[in-house]
Amino acid sequence: MDALASLNKVCGEEHVRPGAAADAVDGVVPANVAAPASTDEIRELVLVARDAGLRVGVRGASSKLGWGMPPAGLDLLLDLSRQARVLEHAAGDLVVRVEPGVRLVALREHLAPARQQLALDPPEPGATVGGVIGANASGPSRLLYGTARDLLIGITVVLADGTVARAGGKVVKNVAGYDISKLYIGAVGTLGLVTEAIFRLHPVPAARRVVTVEVATAADAGRLTQLVTDSQLVPTALELDWPDPAGPGRLTVVVEGIEPGATAQAESAAGLLGGGAEITDTVPAGWGQRPYGGETGPAIGLKVSAEPAALRPMLDALWRVADLHHLATAVRSSAGSGVSYVGLGAAADAGRDAGGPAVEIAATVIELRAAVAPYDGSVVVLQAPPEVKRLVDVWGPVPAVELMRRIKDRFDPEHRMSPGRFVGGI
Amino acid sequence: MDRDATILDVMTLPVLAARLRAALPARAVLTDHAQCRTYECDGLAHFTVTPAIVVLVETPEQVQTAVRLCAQSGVPFVARGSGTGLSGGALPVADGVLIVTSRMNSILEVDIPNHRAVVEPGVINLWVTREVAPQGYYFAPDPSSQLVCSIGGNVAENSGGAHFLKYGFTSNHVTGAKVVLPDGELVTLGGKATDHPGYDVLGAFVGSEGTLGIATEVTVRLMRRPEAVQTLLAGFAGTDEAGAAVSEIIAAGIVPAAVEMMDALAIEAAEAAVHCGYPAGAGAVLIVELDGPAAEVAHSFAEVERMCSANGAFEIRIAADEDERTLFWKGRKSAFAAVGRISPDYLVQDGVIPRTALSEVLSRIAALSGETGVRVANVFHAGDGNLHPLVLFDGSVPDQDVRAEEVAGAILDICIEYGGSITGEHGVGHEKKKFMGRMYAEPDLDTMQLLRCAFDPDGRCNPGKVFPTPRLCGELPGRRKGVHPLSEAGLAEVF
Repeated sequence: MDALASLNKVCGEEHVRPGAAADAVDGVVPANVAAPASTDEIRELVLVARDAGLRVGVRGASSKLGWGMPPAGLDLLLDLSRQARVLEHAAGDLVVRVEPGVRLVALREHLAPARQQLALDPPEPGATVGGVIGANASGPSRLLYGTARDLLIGITVVLADGTVARAGGKVVKNVAGYDISKLYIGAVGTLGLVTEAIFRLHPVPAARRVVTVEVATAADAGRLTQLVTDSQLVPTALELDWPDPAGPGRLTVVVEGIEPGATAQAESAAGLLGGGAEITDTVPAGWGQRPYGGETGPAIGLKVSAEPAALRPMLDALWRVADLHHLATAVRSSAGSGVSYVGLGAAADAGRDAGGPAVEIAATVIELRAAVAPYDGSVVVLQAPPEVKRLVDVWGPVPAVELMRRIKDRFDPEHRMSPGRFVGGI
Repeated sequence: MDRDATILDVMTLPVLAARLRAALPARAVLTDHAQCRTYECDGLAHFTVTPAIVVLVETPEQVQTAVRLCAQSGVPFVARGSGTGLSGGALPVADGVLIVTSRMNSILEVDIPNHRAVVEPGVINLWVTREVAPQGYYFAPDPSSQLVCSIGGNVAENSGGAHFLKYGFTSNHVTGAKVVLPDGELVTLGGKATDHPGYDVLGAFVGSEGTLGIATEVTVRLMRRPEAVQTLLAGFAGTDEAGAAVSEIIAAGIVPAAVEMMDALAIEAAEAAVHCGYPAGAGAVLIVELDGPAAEVAHSFAEVERMCSANGAFEIRIAADEDERTLFWKGRKSAFAAVGRISPDYLVQDGVIPRTALSEVLSRIAALSGETGVRVANVFHAGDGNLHPLVLFDGSVPDQDVRAEEVAGAILDICIEYGGSITGEHGVGHEKKKFMGRMYAEPDLDTMQLLRCAFDPDGRCNPGKVFPTPRLCGELPGRRKGVHPLSEAGLAEVF
């Protein structure tokens, strides 16, 4: 095949091979997999793909590769694990420039000697910088530091036609030209490939305190969350863990800073949370983990975003709807931010399950969407088997979808970059 | 010149004016040249263009109507809020419509539990904070013009402010907007929640300098007032010493709410204007503000004080109360206007450099000033490397303005050379578009243009801004046909 020969020429035979079952992206096996090592190689591969009309996908550590819809076609999967260098760490400027295949854990180690961090802590194991950008993944510390959109200050991308473009830069404060970086966050690779990213960094605080309290009802969870967010505390994280609505939930507040500061904040937080609150130095087991997947978790994963103050109605609606459809729920919520992750499984099934009947899952998603809509809510199905994705739009309704289509049409007129994976079939 | 159908017929504007009057309240449409001239410039007053028609809109529907009628007539339009922008972003187009949003000035909703406020674009920045202060909240972006600048303008320019270092700029504090697109369609981007599925179009819209549409409603994040705020003012022999203190503060992992520096000439001007009583004989003054939980602030503030002393501060004052804090800030916030006391005219620049290059860049600016004889006063956000060099000149002396422009441009070139930016918070607008090609390569600008074309394929929304030579959206890369006719039309009366 001509295309394969051309691909080989770009990054060497040892880094190009036919796709195998293990390479499948949400069930779609790529025709070829290539592992480029630089922006130049990616550009060359994209040019080959352009000339041959290949549909292109991308993966980092594959930790979130099942998110979104399956690709409408996948002729070439780019594996960015070889493009994994930390290119520049300007400690005095609190800025780092990295390649997309860099793993967050590796970056954390790289920055640790300077007592700095990229303040993104999504839990997916092995997650890479590129994957975090493409999936807009976040973790507990988003409460204080925000998400990728607040931390990404510069980007290099390769567009479908092989154009290599940069936006933003190496200085944090910069408003010259459009903030193109924002478009690539959460775009699931549909606008082209991110081949370099520049982030602002934060100092690693000297001390951390963790305050936990058990909550019995959704009302309690909502009330205590509001108390903390309305206070003058500056928590790094405020998380709710509710593995089973039949039992209690647990609210955890993380405060950081200098030693006496963290202690004082922890004591204030414990005072707000009331009698049963405990202060420790370490986060609880399973901190920030998603409540689905893994060895024992439910197979279906949802992300529910809503107004932060709508935690109680969100939980009430979730439990009511899931109960109606005989589904068990497990919830982990970045409660202070209004973003929750939900695992759904068949009720009364102790072991790993297939996610319950697809119809019940789809019905739960549809009804939950309606229930959270008054709170500017959205429900995205992150992880689900194909039979569920056939029944329900994993992304849900998107208000400005026509405008988004026009953006896609400009950036990728032939719809060859991760086609079909995003909102509205983009 | 390759003139095409976008060039307006002489009848187009009078007919459009009639249509606007028919569709909008009569007082909303101005066509009298003298009245329209009131809007000939924004805060960058040396560029002036009188718009053919001014529309003073009061509702989102009126914005939509005005934009639709412009679209049907093929007439370009420019949105304007308070007109305080410093890059000519709201400079009108001569053969176009200026849509003024300052009458859309209602705070529509304050939602304390969700820490949000929903406001119209003409609402003044500081009004938001005033509205929510009794409940202990505030709106974080605080450009020096916050008494008069509008939220719509803040969104367009992605305005920053002195507290950017810790709290970011407008894009970090806007969670939703309703936007009238250049074809008149009204879209909702984001909302009170975050992480809406789909492209982060809101993120790209903020800071697009009015070229992608007109915001008719903005949802902003409200911040809780910090438990403690402490501010100190330190006098140093020069900017190198003050800069070294800043480096040590940052290296210690302290993130101040603000770190501001002024050099000797800027101090002289501020003293003349507002008698702020800064330390006598200081070659540089540093203002450092910390905020947050009381115990945290108390500890870090002592550290900052020690670091200032260790780096040669000869006088350190600590604000004992809000009045003293205000006095510290008074000199800094009035600095731009204050240079009027020591120079008949001046240009403000807004370059950004990596903070660690501060000392080198200031030396380069000093050398440049020495070589050219053009005085430069420096006021800057020292924590984030955002420089505001004030280039002084006397417009009544022949050629001085030209030389001042050259020096200002050379300073931006230095910023680019150090890997920085030509604008940190004022925007590119009309003024700095010629520098875009020095900061970005052609493919970078072409990619930005793709976004522009998705919103505004006919190039009618604030044409002639931001981009040096925008292409027609149908054009393929590498097949340029010279200057975009609209940008040329927009420039016609400028020079």
